[in-house]
Amino acid sequence: MSLYILCLILFAIGLYCLIVKKNLIKKIVGLGIAEYAVNLFFILLGYTKGGEAPILSKDTPITNFVDPLPQALILTSIVIGLGVTALMVAITVRIYEKYRTFDINEIRRLKG
Amino acid sequence: MSLIVKRITRITVSLIFLFGVYILLHGHLTPGGGFAGGVIIALSFIHLVLAFGKEVALKKMSQATVSIIESLGGLMFWGIALLGLIFGSYFFLNILPKGRPFDLFSSGIIILCNIAIFLKVGAGLFAIFLALAFIRLPPEEKKGENR
Amino acid sequence: MLPVFVIIPLGAAFLIPILAKFRQGLAAFVANLAAGLLLFFSICSIYWLKGGLKIYYVGGWPPPFGICMVLDGLTVLVLLVINLIGFLALVYSLDYIKRYSSAYLYYTLFCLLLAGLNGLVISGDLFNLFVFLEITSIACYSLIAFGTEAEELEAAFKYLVLGSVADILILLAIGMLLGCVSTLNMADISRSLNTAVSSNLILYSTALFITGFGLKTALVPLHAWLPDAHPAAPAPMSAMLSGVVIKIAGVYALIRVIFNIIGFNLVISQIFIWLGILSMGVGVLLAIGQWDFKRLLAYHSISQIGYVVFAIGLGTPLGITAGLFHLFNHSLFKSLLFLNSGAVEYSTGTRRLEKLGGLYQSMPTTSATSLVASLSIAGIPPFCGFWSKLLIIIASFQANNIVGAIVCILVAMVTLASFLKVQKYAFMRKAGQALTNIKEAPGFMKFSMLALAMLCILVGIFFVPFVDTIIKPAAAVLLEGTGYARRILGV
Repeated sequence: MSLYILCLILFAIGLYCLIVKKNLIKKIVGLGIAEYAVNLFFILLGYTKGGEAPILSKDTPITNFVDPLPQALILTSIVIGLGVTALMVAITVRIYEKYRTFDINEIRRLKG
Repeated sequence: MSLIVKRITRITVSLIFLFGVYILLHGHLTPGGGFAGGVIIALSFIHLVLAFGKEVALKKMSQATVSIIESLGGLMFWGIALLGLIFGSYFFLNILPKGRPFDLFSSGIIILCNIAIFLKVGAGLFAIFLALAFIRLPPEEKKGENR
Repeated sequence: MLPVFVIIPLGAAFLIPILAKFRQGLAAFVANLAAGLLLFFSICSIYWLKGGLKIYYVGGWPPPFGICMVLDGLTVLVLLVINLIGFLALVYSLDYIKRYSSAYLYYTLFCLLLAGLNGLVISGDLFNLFVFLEITSIACYSLIAFGTEAEELEAAFKYLVLGSVADILILLAIGMLLGCVSTLNMADISRSLNTAVSSNLILYSTALFITGFGLKTALVPLHAWLPDAHPAAPAPMSAMLSGVVIKIAGVYALIRVIFNIIGFNLVISQIFIWLGILSMGVGVLLAIGQWDFKRLLAYHSISQIGYVVFAIGLGTPLGITAGLFHLFNHSLFKSLLFLNSGAVEYSTGTRRLEKLGGLYQSMPTTSATSLVASLSIAGIPPFCGFWSKLLIIIASFQANNIVGAIVCILVAMVTLASFLKVQKYAFMRKAGQALTNIKEAPGFMKFSMLALAMLCILVGIFFVPFVDTIIKPAAAVLLEGTGYARRILGV
C-alpha cells in the first residue's frame, strides 16, 4: 500500500515540476517524471507476494509468477511516452528558433 | 573525437548491432523483442554519428533510406496483420506454423511482427535523432525594435 | 468486417511516404481514396447494424482473453460523424494545402488521425481505447504545429502539455480500475463492477476519468488550450478538431466509459449538468468580445459542447437523444463554419473581422454557406440546429431543471447575436479599401462547403426519420447502460 502512495507522490512531484517551472525543458522533464510514475503504478498492480519474473523457459518449473498483463500494457505506454517526448522536444527546438528563449513568460503571443 | 574513441567505435558498433539482432530474434523467448532491438540498432547508428560525425554515418545510411525503411516496416506489419484476415478470416490471426515450444522459430507470425517493429522503431529513432541534432539556427537578427 | 475501419487509414498512412517519393500527387489521391472508402463503409454499417450487435474478435481470441471490436448504435453514429467530416475536410485540403510545402506529410498525419479516431470508437477494450486515443492525440499535436509559424508552435505546445496530462490521468484511472477488477474488456469490467464490492478506488477512478476526458472535451475549467489550438491549425484541421476530435476523444469516450462501464448515477448526472451549464455560459460570454474569426468559432465550440454534455447529463431518454442529435449537428455546422473561415483566409489573407467586409458580392458560395451555418448554430428553423436545441430545452423542462433551461435559452440568444455580428462584419457591409480583387474559393473547397450546407438543410427538414434511424439506437445503447455487458458476453 505504501508503494502506491510513493508512486502517487512521484506523480505529484512531476506535476509540480510541469506547472511551476518556467523553463520549457524543465516542463518536459517534469512530464517525463509524471509519466514514469504512472507506468510504475501500473506495473506494481501486478505484483504477487514471492512472485518471479514471468518468463517461461525449459528448465524453470511453473512457479508463482507476477502478473504479466500490466507489463505488456506498459511497454506500449512507454513507447507512446517516447513518441510524445520526441514530439515535444522537436516543437521546443522550433520554438527556440522563433522566440529565441525557453522562458514560458516570454512565449506569450497568443492572448485573449 | 579523439583517436581512442574512433578506434573503439569501429569494434563496438558491430557488436552493438549484433546484440540488437540477437534481442530481436529471441523476442518470443526472452524479454525484449522488436522495440528493444530497434532501439539498440538505432543506438549503434547514433554511436557512429557521435564518434565520426554526420557525413560518415549518412554515407552508411542516408536520410532517404531511413525514411523508406521506416515506411516499409510499418507496411510489413500491416501486411502481416492483413494476411491473417485473408487466409484465416480474423485480423491478426497467427497463421504460420508454430513449432515446438522454446524453439527459435516457434510461435508463428510473432517473429515476423518483431522484425517489422524492429525496422520501424530503429529507422524512426535514427530519423528523430538526425532531425533534432542537426538543426541550424538562423543567425540572430539585430534587435532594432522593442519587443 | 469491422477492422476495415482501422486497416484502410493505417495502410494509407504507411503507403503515402513511399508513394510521395515518386509522385507528389499520389499522396492526395491515396488519402482521398481512403477517406472515401471509409465513408462508404460507415454508411454500410447502418445496414450491418440491422442484424443486431456485431462483435469482432481480433486474432480469433474470444473475450475476455483477447481484444474485441464492437459495433452498436452509438458506434454507428460516431463513425458517420468521423468519416463524413474527415472525407469532406480531405477534399477541402486538396486546394488548401498547396500553400504549404511537403503536403504529403499532412496527408500522412491526417490518415493517422482518421485511423486513431476510427479505432477509438470501434474498440471494445479499455486499453485499446487508450492506445488509439494517444494515436489521435499525437496526430493532432503534429497537425496543429504544421505551419511552424511562431503562434502555431506555441499553441501546439500548450495543447501538447495539457493533452499529455489528460492522457496520464486517463492511464492512472485505467490502472485503478485494473486494480479493482483485473480485466480490461469493457463488458467484463462492467459485469465485475456490478457484482464486486464497491470501493473507494472506483470513485477515484471515475473522478480521474471525468477530469481526463473533460480536458480532451474542453469543458470549463479545463478549456484553456482550445482557443489557442483551434485557430492556429490549418482550416481543414480546425474543422476536424472542433467538429470531430473534441467530440470523439472527449464526449464519446467519456459517455462510453461512464454509461456502459461504471454506470450512470445521480452524482455523475449533477456533475455533467453543472459542467455543461458552466461551459455554455463561459464559452458564449468569452466569444462575444472576440474579433478574430476563428477564435470566436473556437469559443462557440466550448459553449455548444456544453449543450451536449448538459443534455446527456440529464439522463432522461429525451435528454440523451437530444444531446446526441446536437453532437451530430454541431459537427456539421461547426466544421462548415471553420471551412468557411479557411476559405475567407485563403482569399483575403486575414482573419480579423474588422478588416473584412463585402464578401457577399465577391464570395457568394462562401457567404451563402456561412449564412446557413450561422442560422443553424443560432437555432433558427428549419435548419438542423433548431431541432436539437429545442429538444434539449424541452428535455430540461421535463427533467425539472429550470435553471438549465433558462441558461440554454439565454445562451442561444447570445449565440444568435454573436453570429449576426460575424455575418455583418465579414460578409454584409461594404468592403474597405484594402480588400480588392477577392476571388471565390477554388473548386474543391466549394464542393465541401456546399455538401455540408446541403446536409445542414436536409437534416433540418428530414430530422424525424434521421433521429429514428440513427440517433434512437445510439441513445438506446446509452440508456441500457451496464446491460451492454450482457449483450456482448452473452451471459
